[in-house]
Amino acid sequence: MSLTLAEIKVILNANVITSKFDANIVIERAYSADLMSDVLSFSLTDSLLITGLVDKTVVRTAQVSNIKAIVFARGKVPSKDTVALADEKNIPLMITNYSKYESCGRLYEKGLRNSHDAK
Amino acid sequence: MTQNKETTMEGVFFLTGKDFTNAGAASCELKSILEKMEVEHSAIRRAAIAAFEAEMNIIIYTPAGMMKYSITPDHVKVVFQDMGHGIEDIELAMTEGYSTAPDYIREMGFGSGMGLPNIKKNTDEMKISSMPGAGTTLEFIIKLRQEKDNENL
Amino acid sequence: MKISEIVKGLSLEVKSANVNLEKEVTGGYVSDLLSDVIANCKEGNIWITLQTHQNIIAVAALRELSGIILVNGKLPNADTLKKANEEGILLMASSLPAFEIVGRLYNLGIRCR
Repeated sequence: MSLTLAEIKVILNANVITSKFDANIVIERAYSADLMSDVLSFSLTDSLLITGLVDKTVVRTAQVSNIKAIVFARGKVPSKDTVALADEKNIPLMITNYSKYESCGRLYEKGLRNSHDAK
Repeated sequence: MTQNKETTMEGVFFLTGKDFTNAGAASCELKSILEKMEVEHSAIRRAAIAAFEAEMNIIIYTPAGMMKYSITPDHVKVVFQDMGHGIEDIELAMTEGYSTAPDYIREMGFGSGMGLPNIKKNTDEMKISSMPGAGTTLEFIIKLRQEKDNENL
Repeated sequence: MKISEIVKGLSLEVKSANVNLEKEVTGGYVSDLLSDVIANCKEGNIWITLQTHQNIIAVAALRELSGIILVNGKLPNADTLKKANEEGILLMASSLPAFEIVGRLYNLGIRCR
C-alpha cells in the first residue's frame, strides 16, 4: 500500500514547510529513527523518514540515503537554513504535532509499511 | 554504463571539527559527483553512506581532517586523514555499539557506535591505521562492476 | 493491555530475567533520544528504541516505564542487560524496525499517552 504526500499531510495533519512540494509524490514505505547512523544503515531508498531531530544533518542524511520526504514530529521546527537546504536538495519537509509514535501508528493504520517489508 | 572509461576523477574536501552546520556536506557533494559520472546506483549509495559516517567521525572527534577521493572506472576510493588524538584500540572501536561519544553527540543522532561497522558493511575494502596522538587514516574502496550488483545490498 | 499480550502478539523476545509480564501498558513512545524520553514519556509507557547503551535502563527506571523494546535486531550489551536485571526493567527485542513495531502496537490499541 502506498500513500501520496497529499494523503500523508492529511493523515498527520501536517504543515508543509519547504517551498518545493509535489503533493503527488508517491511514498511506498516509511522509516522512523532519530539516529542518523541507523537511517544510513537500514533505511531503503525512497522511504519517508519520520524523525524527532530537525538539524541540517538530517537533510544531508536523507540526501545520502535517498529519502524521499521527511516528517518532523512533535511540532519541532527546523532552522531556516535546514529548510533552505532541503529545498535545494529537493527533499520536501513537513511538521506534525503528533508524536513519532502517533505518526507511525496513523500511517501504518492507513497501510504504509516499513522499508524492510519491501525488501 | 556510460561512464567515461578514460577518466579518473580526483578531489579533496577539508573538514573542520565540531562544524555541525556543514557536517555531511562533503559526502553529499561526493554523491553528486558520482551521480554526474553515472556510477551505478548501489555503489553510489554505499560510497555516500560510508563517506558520511567517516566524515561525521572527523567532525565529532577531531579538530580537523580531510577527505580525498579518486574515482576510476574500476573503483571509488576515499581516504580520510585527521588530526585527532587517534584510536587506541581499533578492534574495540569496530565493535557495533561501542562509542566514546559524549551525550550531546548522541542527542544529535550520532555517536551510537555504528559508524565504523557501517563503513565496513558498505565497502569492499577498508583499512584503518591510527597512532595515539598522531591521528587516524581511514581508507575504503568500493569496486565498480559493470554487471552484477554487490550482494551486500 | 498487559505486557504479556504484547510480547505474544508481536513475537517479542524477552531479554531480562525475573520480570513481571502482567504489568499494564499505558501507552507507547518511540524515540532514540534519551532526553526526549525523559521529558515526554509517561509512566507505564512501553518505549521503542534502537539505543542499547546502559543509560536506557536508568531512563526507564526514572520514568517507571513498563518496558523497552529494542528494534532492528539490536541486542543489549552485557552492561545494559546486567543493569536491567538489577533494576527489574523489562527488556525485549525484535528484528523488526521501529516503524513496524509501532504500527503493530497501534493496531493492538496502544496509543501515545
